[in-house]
Amino acid sequence: MTVDDAELRELVPQVLSVLVRRGADFATAEDAVQEALIRAVPAWEGALPSDPKGWLITVAWRAFIDAARSDAARRDREVRFDTVPPTGVAPSADDTLHLYFLCAHPDLTPSSAVVLTLRAVGGLTTRQIAQAYLVPESTMAQRISRAKRTVGRSGLDRPGDVRTVMRVLYLIFNEGYSGDVDLAAEAIRLARQLASSLNDPEVHGLLALMLLHHARRRSRTRSDGRIVPLGEQDRSQWDHALITEAITILQAALACDRLGEYQAQAAIAALHADATSVEDTDWVQIVEWYDELLQFADTPIVRLNRAVAVGEANGAAAGLAALAQVDEHIPRRDAVAAHLHEKNGDLELAARLYADAARNAPNLAERDHQMRQAARLNQTLQHHP
Amino acid sequence: MAKYLLLKHYRGAPAPVNDIPMDQWTPDEVEAHFQFMRDFAARLEGSGELVDSQALSPEGVWVRYDGEGRPPATDGPFAETKDLVAGWMVIDVDSHERAIELAGELSAAPGAGGEPIHEWLEVRPFLAAPPTVTE
Repeated sequence: MTVDDAELRELVPQVLSVLVRRGADFATAEDAVQEALIRAVPAWEGALPSDPKGWLITVAWRAFIDAARSDAARRDREVRFDTVPPTGVAPSADDTLHLYFLCAHPDLTPSSAVVLTLRAVGGLTTRQIAQAYLVPESTMAQRISRAKRTVGRSGLDRPGDVRTVMRVLYLIFNEGYSGDVDLAAEAIRLARQLASSLNDPEVHGLLALMLLHHARRRSRTRSDGRIVPLGEQDRSQWDHALITEAITILQAALACDRLGEYQAQAAIAALHADATSVEDTDWVQIVEWYDELLQFADTPIVRLNRAVAVGEANGAAAGLAALAQVDEHIPRRDAVAAHLHEKNGDLELAARLYADAARNAPNLAERDHQMRQAARLNQTLQHHP
Repeated sequence: MAKYLLLKHYRGAPAPVNDIPMDQWTPDEVEAHFQFMRDFAARLEGSGELVDSQALSPEGVWVRYDGEGRPPATDGPFAETKDLVAGWMVIDVDSHERAIELAGELSAAPGAGGEPIHEWLEVRPFLAAPPTVTE
């Protein structure tokens, strides 16, 4: 097939919205679009159709009619859709947008909204989504069909709001990379699509935030999965074209003067991306942005990260004072405490805290990283007690 | 083929020979240990014997049903619990001997001083589906 996978999947929400607009029910239409995608692979092997989108709409519509007919026959009921309406209707950006909102339906749990978005808007197969989330394919198939039933039952008139859509995309982005689907890249693709049809500065802030994190991705872990902390990252490996693009998007968003949590987070990420080293970083401004961020999202995680920034801007003692106000039971608090105590010269306490951080680490890469830090400090202490 | 669980304990197993906690090792020794674990898993994957490998957080709670209309009762974590599972590896191998052999190799992971930890691992066969032919 000469069309690439991402281009093909770009068409998915458009095709699906055409079917839904023609009166197809969401769940059956969604299956029909997947069916059309599967058929496109062998059919387009030799040559692309002149109008790939029209082709997909026609085939998906037929698949939908077939499904509706057999369904109707089974239930001994009239077939409502017996003619193929003319193709070539250009779906508007609003239609695609409507799908995002549908998949962020208020009745869906976050994990259901995530998988439904990946399938109905992203066009990923159930198998790809299952692999990405490391669950059996049958489990994922159930999760998706339950989500579709929920959306279908509650009606299409009560879609979710843009906050939920953004949260869903950010959840997808954070899942990162496992299996053969790059969820971070997929989240960026979906956020770009959303930003192109919605003039909300927060959506643009979210896109900028994702791009800024993505630009640093290669330098954040080694090939063996080992974490490379910010101070040790090879900044020449950062994707500077992506950073430039993100900063342009962010500046335009900030100019709207409607600040929100994603713009504030992106501003912090941009200040990191702008610096040539940890020492060169404008930590004072980063602390100011954390204070802005607290207005929108006063969470222990934000306060924890703020304490790190305060430690860099105003010294370890100030960082420890800021840390004292952070809930003791949140993940990574020990790691931050260890870092600040080490900076403050209390190596024995820091070593003990690194060991605690390893014990309570939320993932293996983090656990190994903290264990290395503990071992490093304990060795220093043995040689220079 | 038969599946076996190789179970690693935070607590509850007899003490290993080389019993120095990891944060007291040198950074090089820590690195050598991580590398050994990665290589071991990669080798089993390569030989077609690895099914799954997972690590567990030491933090957990006990939960039980507490009666109609009541939220589940929770208790713990108990610092004094004797047995605490750290993680496992599920392998699918030709024989019980092979399972024992692999557990022995895993237990030789290097620790302090670069010497094998001689950690005790628990090997538990899975109760499999009944075979097609039983007589």
